[in-house]
Amino acid sequence: MDTFAQLVLLSLAAGTPLVFAALGELVVEKSGVLNLGVEGMMLVGAIASFIVAAHTQSPWLGVGAGALAAAALSTIFAVIALTLRANQVATGLALSLFGVGLSAFIGRDYSSVVIGGITPVAIPGLSDIPVLGRLLFGHNPLVYVSLALFAGVQWFLYRTRAGLVLRAVGESPQSAHAIGYPVIAIRYAAVVFGGACAGLGGAYLAVAYTPSWVEGMTAGRGWIALALVVFATWKPSRVIVGAYLFGSVTLAQFQAQAAGVAVPSQLLAMLPYVATIVVLAIISRDATTIRLNAPASLGKPYHPE
Amino acid sequence: MTGITRRMTLAALAACGVALALPGAAQAPAPLKIGFIYVSPIGDAGWTHQHDIARLAMEKNLAGKVTTKFVESVPEGADAERVIRELAQSGHQLIFTTSFGYMNPTIKVAQQFPNVHFEHATGYKTAKNVGTYNARFYEGRYLAGIVAGRMTKTNVAGYVAAFPIPEVVMGINAFARGMRSVNPKAEVKVVWVNSWFDPGRESEAANTLAAQGADVLTHHTDSTAVVQAAEAKKIYAVAYHSDMSKYGPNAQITAVTHVWDKYYTRVAQAQLDGKWAPDHIWGGLKEGMIQMGPFGKAVPKDVQDLEKKAEADIASGALHPFTGPMKDNDGKERLAAGKAITDEALSKMDYYVEGVQGKLPAAK
Repeated sequence: MDTFAQLVLLSLAAGTPLVFAALGELVVEKSGVLNLGVEGMMLVGAIASFIVAAHTQSPWLGVGAGALAAAALSTIFAVIALTLRANQVATGLALSLFGVGLSAFIGRDYSSVVIGGITPVAIPGLSDIPVLGRLLFGHNPLVYVSLALFAGVQWFLYRTRAGLVLRAVGESPQSAHAIGYPVIAIRYAAVVFGGACAGLGGAYLAVAYTPSWVEGMTAGRGWIALALVVFATWKPSRVIVGAYLFGSVTLAQFQAQAAGVAVPSQLLAMLPYVATIVVLAIISRDATTIRLNAPASLGKPYHPE
Repeated sequence: MTGITRRMTLAALAACGVALALPGAAQAPAPLKIGFIYVSPIGDAGWTHQHDIARLAMEKNLAGKVTTKFVESVPEGADAERVIRELAQSGHQLIFTTSFGYMNPTIKVAQQFPNVHFEHATGYKTAKNVGTYNARFYEGRYLAGIVAGRMTKTNVAGYVAAFPIPEVVMGINAFARGMRSVNPKAEVKVVWVNSWFDPGRESEAANTLAAQGADVLTHHTDSTAVVQAAEAKKIYAVAYHSDMSKYGPNAQITAVTHVWDKYYTRVAQAQLDGKWAPDHIWGGLKEGMIQMGPFGKAVPKDVQDLEKKAEADIASGALHPFTGPMKDNDGKERLAAGKAITDEALSKMDYYVEGVQGKLPAAK
């Protein structure tokens, strides 16, 4: 039973960066903007959080800095895609490449720096309950933050007026504009929020999950988060499920090896990415579902008339 | 009549030129330029760190006679070839390429620069101007296995390994044999991360092994991640390359450290004396190329004594970590009773010995 609890803990921990990044991207896409720069923003968040944590000895300050840095990067995207009305796909890709390169450049002296990361805190009494205690209370604090984020996003999108307005902007910006809502401003806010969330995902990797900095340490998680939003048909509850599913697949390569499974480790390392492709292929067979659930104006630049 | 002609001016200039060059030829020769290429960042511990402290020691020992240049974090492959070629082109007469994956780039560049001498670590291809050097890490692994075998309570050890090349495999096997020599029930679980340096993956692998019951971890990767993971999980660890007790004060029970200073100084001196020749060096405890790290506080005295005795036996040649009878983990006999393994068989090792779980993946 203890191994099972450990595995659940590890899977949740592995899926958390995806939860952060995908929830942020979900909000952005719900407002009608397609920001492909998640990988770049995650890496910028990771290096910013690592550097601040290394210099201030406070990993939580690092997390905040990571979110801010990625939000700043996403503002560049917002200016180019929303104000200058450039093609969102191209801009997002450029942002991703830029973020990857920028983080590698800034982080070149930080490869072997060691920081005190954010570790799971044992809550006296509660964590000692035999099985449930470890499962419920043994997580890294940021895992709880990600769950709170999920609750917040779910509540915001479907229970508040502001969330309704955001979704309206995503479905039909012309109608929202006709009613008098500031479409561009709302989209700006969504993009900055999405950037901050991606930054949190990157910061979690660099400061909590494996406290270290390596060039490209997100290893494609940003792209998986993008696929996850589509896989989850833009519903936060499905995003969470999908994220933990991918998290456990990521770990499966090591679990299988440690258990003695005779598949070559290189093939096992492909598992998360192959799973992403398979899932996307299955989902896109039904074009109707995608069309029904996707925000209608996703990816189209908005021209206020 | 003639005056100062062009011919006279040119002759005068030539004479000046010769006059200026003559004192130059009589000056002391410029210091020997030695180049180093590293596969990972130098950092505070790890494979590259040990090479770098040896480089600094060599510079100190031969102060004034050599200057060195290093390039770190160069991935194996096309980038490596470019960097090695740049070093050769910029006047470095002796170049140390410190990773197995630099083997083919080194040979290729060596063919184009026959007057430059190359020393390749842990490889097996040589040429007229390429020598290889390596240390018998497996001796240290065997000794570490002895300590681990006595310290483990679950009888399961976790090994985070980079690539399934013979170098790494013999380390795993020696560790398993060391453990089993004092604890016949010990088992070793191996996880391959397919990278020499990736702290994130190393941590994940270490945590997975701990979740599967390992209470002693060790690694054949470049970062301190595994030792740190062991410290966080409150289990034991055997550090590799360097003493990592700073990163795992409670976790580290011993370390297998690399000592390259004497070798580098010797090779640089040979180059200075014009006596460099390609060689296949494979030194171990006896030659001082391996050193066992400090014992952790938790290691009891009788275990320390056991290790020290085995260390002395290996250094004197009385004990060889790979002596028959030895079976692989499929049950096939690999060494008959009483026979010691040959260096050639070691360098081609492609099987796990008894006590290591799983099947060895094909090397890349």
